[in-house]
Amino acid sequence: MTSGVGAPDRASIPARTLRTDRWWLPPLLTNLGLLTFIAYATVRSFMGKWYVVEQFGYLTPFYSPCLSESCLPGSSHFGTPLPELPGWIPLGFIALPFLLGFRLTCYYYRKAYYRSVWQSPPACAVAEPHGSYSGETRLPLIVQNAHRYFFYVALLVSVINTYDAVVALTHGLGLGNLVLILNVVLLWAYTLSCHSCRHIAGGRLKHFSKHPVRYRAWTLISKLNVRHMQLAWTTLGTLVLTDLYVMLVASGAISDLRFF
Amino acid sequence: MAYKAKFKVWRGDADSGELQDYLVEVNEGEVVLDIIHRLQATQTPDLAVRWNCKAGKCGSCSAEVNGRPKLLCMTRMSTFTEDEVITVTPMRTFPVIRDLVTDVSFNYTKAREIPSFTPPADLAPGEYRMQQVDVERSQEFRKCIECFLCQNTCHVVRDHEDNKESFAGPRYLMRVAELEMHPLDVADRVVEAQDQHGLGFCNITKCCSEVCPEHIKITDNALIPMKERVADRKYDPVVWLGSKIFRRSKT
Repeated sequence: MTSGVGAPDRASIPARTLRTDRWWLPPLLTNLGLLTFIAYATVRSFMGKWYVVEQFGYLTPFYSPCLSESCLPGSSHFGTPLPELPGWIPLGFIALPFLLGFRLTCYYYRKAYYRSVWQSPPACAVAEPHGSYSGETRLPLIVQNAHRYFFYVALLVSVINTYDAVVALTHGLGLGNLVLILNVVLLWAYTLSCHSCRHIAGGRLKHFSKHPVRYRAWTLISKLNVRHMQLAWTTLGTLVLTDLYVMLVASGAISDLRFF
Repeated sequence: MAYKAKFKVWRGDADSGELQDYLVEVNEGEVVLDIIHRLQATQTPDLAVRWNCKAGKCGSCSAEVNGRPKLLCMTRMSTFTEDEVITVTPMRTFPVIRDLVTDVSFNYTKAREIPSFTPPADLAPGEYRMQQVDVERSQEFRKCIECFLCQNTCHVVRDHEDNKESFAGPRYLMRVAELEMHPLDVADRVVEAQDQHGLGFCNITKCCSEVCPEHIKITDNALIPMKERVADRKYDPVVWLGSKIFRRSKT
């Protein structure tokens, strides 16, 4: 090391870090968590079956909105304006890239994968392995500044997911409805707790006193924003749980618990 | 109860140095700075350490304890087990002067590069009026004691000496945010934050917030809001167009 903590005028300490705690554990767990979700979501997005339970109106969020003629009956809540799709295009291809972009550019996930995947840095006061660093000053990472546009689309998708959950309620009430509703509520919480949302709602203002309504919105979103990390992980979990539940019911592996 | 603790303390200067072992008495209620002072008093009278208030408010005794940036006076010995080896080194981002003392002048250079508070030209001192709700965001950042632990732990300069030229560091980007959010400051600081002070280098990994002894939410409340303001100005054509069409002033 001749730069960074090994620079000539700094205290001569050969170790990359002198931390004695398990600083490597959080990035490891983050990697495992992200990998698990990516593997599950990829498999399910391309599976092309067991994504809708027509009888109860359950539609997994991974396939919503389903706008192609390839979609199974009961899954197209907004019609089928698109023709049949080849198998290598996921049926949820309209929303999935934007949802992926929303999470990829999310301020929390950026922290998570910069630390765990890119090791920049792996933990505080642990030297990173890279020889140079330009951060988000140039391409491709300067694109992170487009987070707000992904947020706008994510808002729209949350509305669609809410509509899906409401449609399912018209078929009666079962455990699947509760799973869909829980997922939608948490997705709203995650989406609204976004740092861009906080900024758009009121953070960009210079004088809160002149905009009491936006100040109130900013205050509420700030309270949610504190939980952004927890919501980011919780919603990954509820997305998987919701999809898994719909898949198991749709495939006949389990039967839905109906209340009425 | 008193016990003998095993300490490794970095001794040396800019030319050379190493960790040296010490066995030193620890009493109930003491902090790491107390132990360093006991070392000075009993074994190493020439050990250099910078300190002042012993209350976590002056920001002088910043160092690294077991590899983690800390204030020596706020690191309780009760957080370690009696058989644990405690390693104390100077901050590893700044040039070392001697032992635990570093040259933190980088921070003063960066402080001078930020234009000072700029009130409206027609407002005389004594006529400043502002509402609490408008100024409280900036007030959070005024809690800073300038211990420079955030500057020390930020990997942008800690791991890349060459970035010191173009990156002000979290403490001074927070200063820019403090002024930008101030209801009476009329200077335009947004584009400068990105172009002159290196906001784009920050990849929001939050180490600055983790080590702040004043628990200031540097990343969430200063750096990310500044990044969003930069996005408004430089990367969001919709906001840009809106400001042109509606001739929005700074509200």
